Amino acid sequence: MPDPRFKILTSASTSGPGDAGRTGSWRVERPVIDMSRCIPAKAGKHACHLCWLLCPDNVVSKDLEPEIDLEYCKGCGICAQECPVQAIAMVPDADFIEGAERE
Amino acid sequence: MSKAIIESGNVAAAMAVQLARAEVIAAYPITPQTPVTEKLSELITAGRMDAEYVAVESEHSAMAVCIGAASAGVRAFTATSSNGLLYMSEQLHWAAGARLPIVMCVVNRGIGAPWSVWNDHQDAISQRDAGWIQIFAKDHQEIVDMTLKAFRLAELVHIPVMVNYDGYYLSHTYMPFEPPDAERVDAFLPAYQYKHALSPEHPESLNTVTLPDARLDVQGVKRGGYMDLRHNLHEEMGMAIEVWEEIDRDFQTHFGRGGAPVTDPYRCDDAEVVIVAMGSMANQFRVVVDRLRQDDGIRAGVLALQMYRPFPGAMLARALQSAKHVMVYEKGLSYGSQGALYGDIKSALYPYPSRPQLHNFIVGLGGREIPTESLYQTTKTSCAPDRILPPAQSDVPQWIGLQL
Repeated sequence: MPDPRFKILTSASTSGPGDAGRTGSWRVERPVIDMSRCIPAKAGKHACHLCWLLCPDNVVSKDLEPEIDLEYCKGCGICAQECPVQAIAMVPDADFIEGAERE
Repeated sequence: MSKAIIESGNVAAAMAVQLARAEVIAAYPITPQTPVTEKLSELITAGRMDAEYVAVESEHSAMAVCIGAASAGVRAFTATSSNGLLYMSEQLHWAAGARLPIVMCVVNRGIGAPWSVWNDHQDAISQRDAGWIQIFAKDHQEIVDMTLKAFRLAELVHIPVMVNYDGYYLSHTYMPFEPPDAERVDAFLPAYQYKHALSPEHPESLNTVTLPDARLDVQGVKRGGYMDLRHNLHEEMGMAIEVWEEIDRDFQTHFGRGGAPVTDPYRCDDAEVVIVAMGSMANQFRVVVDRLRQDDGIRAGVLALQMYRPFPGAMLARALQSAKHVMVYEKGLSYGSQGALYGDIKSALYPYPSRPQLHNFIVGLGGREIPTESLYQTTKTSCAPDRILPPAQSDVPQWIGLQL
């Protein structure tokens, strides 16, 4: 049993949004869900939720219309890769900046 | 009636690990450590020790298995020597940073190239900055007692402990020692509990990428960044000296042995010439000290350093304040600089008013014989009143026993 005088600081954490810091700043592409194809959104009942299950940062909600917390989504694209109906597209973040032009 | 038995140093280590009820042993054989692992494997196979022996393909894996076991809240042990220790070096740093209370015996041996199976301390010295506590035994009884105390220290302060003892000089020689009573060991060393033990009921991520800055975790608790964790390791490493002393006092009440956990002085009280050494060589020096006092009227003493990391700098500096000469004999060095222990002692003395004349001797590398006569002669010659060297000469290590 550790000595109470010692803090024994370790890098131990439970997983969740923000556990690795503000990972949203790492992103270059963000996932955008097409609700007309998304299984739970289309069926109106809880099903699939693979994006929620597989997100390494726990930033996808388990709602009928899943929401992605962009403060922490690091844009890894696992959700888009794993979506069985290709409902998730990875869109360059720059496209969402108002007034920005892409060549 | 003494319950002493006569056995090798390696068997003494294995008996201590058995008494400590280590639950996972993962080790790869390397001379001169091999008999420790053989003995432990034999004890487990014979049903005399309730532990899992994990045969691994390398020392790196041995330490990795110990890291896994300790992370799951299991008491883990390994042992190695020389290049084996270096092969697990990356995992040594990991075990320390993860604050895992692993105990490892290092049976000190010279490092290749060229191959040497014989004793020196370069293996341990090369790993002094890994974040492990490093202690050095001088005889078989200390191997047993230090190994048991090492488990308790590691588990109280959550820093891994390396118990060093000299290859062949201690590992393969036979000496009487008293194995402690098993029931008393159980009272001295309670079962291991780790606050971050991995469990499916409480899933946690351990030692994932840790950012430079502190952050709020998912519960909103402020958690340190990498530098904060490393600072805590450094601070608590220093605090471990006091805990080691407390453990030694408790060990004395249980077993009647101890009293010199950090430094072990021999005839140092009135000494003008103090020799500092680690491991079995410190005991060899007791004969030298007796002779210098008896034949030459030189008030000599030897201070055995039992704990090298954390370095008890202030304690050593105070102990050396009244000495005129301090002679640091060591079996390892920082190549291109000087003896590592010598450099540490010089640094420890700097803030204190009295700075004795310091001498550095490199001896016994790769098992080169260390005749007691030559230790006597070099010590006697170096403290002669007419032998005053300029700083540029006195501050470099003298190699004793060269043949070429």
